[in-house]
Amino acid sequence: MSEKDNKKRYKSVSYAKWGYVFILPFFLAFAVFQLIPMISTVFYSFFEYYRSGLKIIGPTFVGLDNYKELIQSDFLKYTGNTLLLWIAGFIPQIVVSLILAAWFSDEMLKLKGKQFFKTVIYMPNLIMASAFSMLFFALFSNIGPVNGFLISSGIAKNGISFFTSIGWTRALIALMNFLMWFGNTTILLMAAIMGISPSLFEAAKIDGATSTQIFFRITLPSIKPILVYVFITSMIGGLQMYDVPQILTNGNGNPDRTSMTLLMFLNHHLYSKNFGMAGALSVILFIICAILCLCVYSTMNEKDDSAPKKKKAKK
Amino acid sequence: MKGFMRKALAVSMATLMVIPMAACSKSADSASTGGSAASGDEHYLNIWCWNDEFQSRFNDFYPEVKEVSADGSTTTLNDGTVVKWTINPNEGNNYQNKLDEALLAQESAADNDKIDIFLVEADYALKYVDTDYTLDVKNDIGLTDADLADQYQYTKDIVTDSNGAQKGTTWQATPGLFAYRRSIAKDVLGTDDPDAVQAALSDWDKFDAVAKQASDKGYKMLSGFDDSYRTFSNNVANPWVTDGKLTVDPMIMKWVDQTKKYTDAGYNNKTSLWDDNWTADQGPDAKVFGFFYSTWGINFTLLGNALADEDGAKEVGNGAYGDWAVCYGPAPYYWGGTWICAANGTDDKDLIKDVMLKLTCDKSIMESITRNPDVQDYTNNKTAMDEIAADTTYSSEFLGGQNHVALFAETAPKIDMSNCGPYDQGCNEEIQKAFKDYFTGTVDMDGAKANFEKAIKEKYPDVKEVVWP
Repeated sequence: MSEKDNKKRYKSVSYAKWGYVFILPFFLAFAVFQLIPMISTVFYSFFEYYRSGLKIIGPTFVGLDNYKELIQSDFLKYTGNTLLLWIAGFIPQIVVSLILAAWFSDEMLKLKGKQFFKTVIYMPNLIMASAFSMLFFALFSNIGPVNGFLISSGIAKNGISFFTSIGWTRALIALMNFLMWFGNTTILLMAAIMGISPSLFEAAKIDGATSTQIFFRITLPSIKPILVYVFITSMIGGLQMYDVPQILTNGNGNPDRTSMTLLMFLNHHLYSKNFGMAGALSVILFIICAILCLCVYSTMNEKDDSAPKKKKAKK
Repeated sequence: MKGFMRKALAVSMATLMVIPMAACSKSADSASTGGSAASGDEHYLNIWCWNDEFQSRFNDFYPEVKEVSADGSTTTLNDGTVVKWTINPNEGNNYQNKLDEALLAQESAADNDKIDIFLVEADYALKYVDTDYTLDVKNDIGLTDADLADQYQYTKDIVTDSNGAQKGTTWQATPGLFAYRRSIAKDVLGTDDPDAVQAALSDWDKFDAVAKQASDKGYKMLSGFDDSYRTFSNNVANPWVTDGKLTVDPMIMKWVDQTKKYTDAGYNNKTSLWDDNWTADQGPDAKVFGFFYSTWGINFTLLGNALADEDGAKEVGNGAYGDWAVCYGPAPYYWGGTWICAANGTDDKDLIKDVMLKLTCDKSIMESITRNPDVQDYTNNKTAMDEIAADTTYSSEFLGGQNHVALFAETAPKIDMSNCGPYDQGCNEEIQKAFKDYFTGTVDMDGAKANFEKAIKEKYPDVKEVVWP
């Protein structure tokens, strides 16, 4: 009897509970600082809840009124602005990063000072986005050094008023996002490329493949998982773009609200602590983010799955 | 790695040991300086503000000040009370956000943490004044009509709530004038005499005519879009918002028309208030005729910007020092100003009464602030100001020997602020922002109006309707 008991006890010793204990702090912190605020955000999006001066109005349940009002406002315009600003920065970013990553990881090129360049291109990411925006604001202001150069060199006689032009303001925001993030992406992609087995490249060279062919047929397909990761993280970051345009346009998204991103719009609602409208906007932003990520993820993965299958079928 | 760990450990241990030491020495300090006050039971007067302007007036002119702490964060009074300064800069509405949270938590705060005094600006004074968070300076604090009799009426109107109770008081009045460059006026008008220049600028038609003359000579009449804004917005017929309906006053649209005209004709330099270009336009080499500025703007901002060598002596020869003068301009107005409010829940009503009496009602202290050459603030005391205005020995070197107080004293009683409201700050800011795109030509009139409506409805969800003249 006692022997049996002992055996049972011995068998039921489980180390799994320590696993739970160790991950408990994360889940506690997640619940307190993320889950509960998230749930309350969704909750308050159905309420009229703001401050008029020091008077707190609400919370009064209003159903979907906040969402209706949001859709009727310029919400779509700001979504468009956000996507445009993100894509304008992302395209040069991914192209330059791919080229640099391919060059840096190519043993045949025997580049010197790789470490130095890697550090330098990562530098802009180390500067605070707000400081970087302030720098650009000063550089491109009407009496800034860029205009000083343009006028004295005779390129533009009266200078260019960068921040009253829609195109220039957007271009500057895209340029800053590009400068800040291409170093980071380059390093990620380099890691991916260096993870490819060198035998693949050698085999391709022996077969007489040109470097373009190697890049498109071997490098690109092999780093697809990392590319998907870069794409999705950049998109989420892009949809939440805030600090650069906020500082550069002093929070107004000028001219004519054409560089107002979704989060800047959200911030405008927080002036009067309008938790109802801000909550509704956050929920919609979350849904857009989720849908876009799912789309990207599924399309990229489908190709990944189908490609080897076809090959197999051919064989 | 090991070496690094060891170093990190050593540093953290050292920090751990130093912190309690610092804490000890601090408490020892305050106990010794506290003197007669029972140590451990220090009494605090909490004052909230957004810059050190009031702090320096308080430290320099309040008679009960015993000493100021080395870092300036506290001031000790003769009776042992410690004045604790909480300064939150204004940028991005930061001061009001923090103040709002603190006031909403005022009831549950410990006695020594409760706000006793906070400062407000004219544009949003009513947001605080028209609530129970501020105390009536007559019925609650105990100032009498006689105490306040010598203050300018408009400084009382701004902080009077909807029931007619006055909830704040100020040491300064901020009437505005038109400050112009003497050398440019001589070139354009042939004279730099303030009376003659005033005669040439006494209404908006004449002002426009001089703008054209100045433009023909290669000067700009004004620097930017917002310069003349206050001269229009202070002379509106109705408050911005009544019962959830925002009405744009015809005066505001006059500003829009004038500024558009000036921008298209090249009479201004397309700057915005406070930007680098605007500041540079006040510098020694600038070609801008003049600026609308109130009291603090002339002796503080303009003077600083006019110098060629910022750190150099403030005297004739340093940049445009002495090359400025003031006249009334086309319309009376005011700009800015700071009011002292007593917070509900304070346990220092007697002390607050004394501070308000000494720093806003006491004629000799008011006069000494204005006569102090480093301050020259225009103070809120009609008798004292009229005396200085009549004093021929009082003059400003910066303004070429002109007695500017005489002009301020003439303008101040004409200011009518019965139409101010709790929405002024947001409306003033947003209309300037929205119409900037119109002035630069990015949007048309309707586009600018639509952008203003959007911005207002975001800022003030309780404003449901916007009416244009």
